[in-house]
Amino acid sequence: MVGIVGYGSYLPRYRIKVEEIAKQWGRNAEAVKRGLLLKEKTVPGMDEDTITISVEAGKNALRRAQIDPTEIGALYIGSESHPYAVKPSGTVVAEALGIVPDVHIADYEFACKAGTEAMFVAYSLVKAEQMKYAMAIGSDTSQGAPGDALEFSASAGGSAFIFGKENTVADVIETHSYTTDTPDFWRREGAFYPLHGGRFTGAPAYFKHILGAGEAILKKSGLRASDFTYAIFHMPNGKFPLSVGKKLGFKKEQLEPGWVVPLMGNTYSGSSPTGFSATLDVAQPGNLVLLVSFGSGAGSDAFVFKVTEKINEVRDRAEKVKDLLENGRIYLDYGQYAKFRGKIIMNE
Amino acid sequence: MPSPRYHREIPQRYRLEAAKCKECGRMSFPPRRVCSNCGAREFEMTKLSDHGKILTYTTIRVAPKDFENQVPYNVAIVESENGVRVTTQVVDCKPEDLEIGKRVKFVFRKLYSEGHTGIICYGYKAVLI
Repeated sequence: MVGIVGYGSYLPRYRIKVEEIAKQWGRNAEAVKRGLLLKEKTVPGMDEDTITISVEAGKNALRRAQIDPTEIGALYIGSESHPYAVKPSGTVVAEALGIVPDVHIADYEFACKAGTEAMFVAYSLVKAEQMKYAMAIGSDTSQGAPGDALEFSASAGGSAFIFGKENTVADVIETHSYTTDTPDFWRREGAFYPLHGGRFTGAPAYFKHILGAGEAILKKSGLRASDFTYAIFHMPNGKFPLSVGKKLGFKKEQLEPGWVVPLMGNTYSGSSPTGFSATLDVAQPGNLVLLVSFGSGAGSDAFVFKVTEKINEVRDRAEKVKDLLENGRIYLDYGQYAKFRGKIIMNE
Repeated sequence: MPSPRYHREIPQRYRLEAAKCKECGRMSFPPRRVCSNCGAREFEMTKLSDHGKILTYTTIRVAPKDFENQVPYNVAIVESENGVRVTTQVVDCKPEDLEIGKRVKFVFRKLYSEGHTGIICYGYKAVLI
C-alpha cells in the first residue's frame, strides 16, 4: 500500500511573543491571546528561508526513511514564500539533499495548502507506479503586514514527507480535495504583503472548505470521527481548528498532539503538515489519522492515514516537533524581529 | 560571487562533499586536484560528517559590506568527525555561548544574497548542539 516511508520537520529557533507585537501596535495582548489562542510564533533567522527550512525538514525525513536519495523520482515544495519568483526552490533543495539529477521538480503555491498539494501529487505518482519514491514538502516564512492581525500568527517552519510502497510508517487510506473560487486572502504579483477579507476568511472560506473536504472524505471512507485516534486541521490561529473539529464531531483530545499553533504560529504551507508530523511523533500502530488542510483562494485537501508497526522503529531517528518547539528558543524584541523579517528599509 | 563559481562549489557547500586520496587516504575539503600529502591525483568522493567540535573561534564586530547587518557574528574552525577542519559561521547563538571543544552540527543556510535582484548563495554553517 502507498504511504509515508519517512517524515521530518524543521522550525527556526527564534521566537516572538504575542505581548511584544501587541506592545508595538497598542493592542491588548491578553485579548489577542484569548481571541486567537496564541502565545508566541517562530521567526526565521536572517539566513533562513523556505529553501533552507525545506532542506532541514527533508534531511530529517531522509534520516527516518533511510533510503537512497537518488531513488526519489519527484520533489515538490509547497510554499507562498519561495525565495525566487523564477527559479524553483526545489532545484536547490534537491541538490542539497543529493536527489539530483534524475528527478522531477515543481514548486506549488496555493496559500496555506500548498504543502498538502505537494503531498497529494507525490502520493499519486507513487500510486501510479511512475516512481519508487516521491518527496513532498510544505514550508514557509509566512508574510503578514505590520500591524495586521496576521502578524500575530504568520511564522516559519516546514515538514517533509517521502511517499513509497514498502516499509511505510503510515498508509494512505483515502484522499479528497474540495476547491472553489473564494477570494478570502490573496497577494498580487509584486505586492510585499498579502491582503485578506477579515471575517470573510471564516465561514465562507476556512469552515466551508474544511467541512466540505472533511465530510466528503468521511463519507468516501465510511469512517466516523470516533474511529480516528487523531485529527489535524489547518491552524491559522488556535481557535479555528478546535471549532471546525468540533463541527465534524472530533474531541479536543483527538486534536491535541497536532494542535501546535499556540507555540508555533501559522507556518502557512507548513501548518497542517507540521501538525501531522507532530501527530506521527506520538501515534501508535493501527491509529487512524485525519489530515485536512486549507488554502485561501480557496480549497482543502483531506487524507486518511493508518499508522503502521514501522512507526516505532523510525520515530527516534530525527528530532520530534515537540523538541523543535520547546528546545533552544531565542526570543526577539520587535525591533530585532523587524530587522530579521526585512521590514526595515535599508540602502543597497 | 559570480554564478559559475557558485555553481562549481555546490557539491562542497551544499552536501559537504570532500575528496579522499586513493593513495594515502587524506581527506581534502574543499576537494583538490592534487593530494597535499602524497601528490597523488586520484580521489574518491566522500562526505564530511555533519557533526564536529569547535577548535577555535572569533567574533566579528566590524564586518565586510555583505555581512554588516549580522554583527556581532561568530566564525569558528570546526573539526568534523572525520578529522577535517572547516572555517564556518556558528549561528543561532551569542558570542558568549561559544567555547573551544563545544559540539556543533552543520546546517544548510543562506550565506548571502547578491542585492535584491541577484542570486541567493546557500551553503553550510554550524549551530551548537
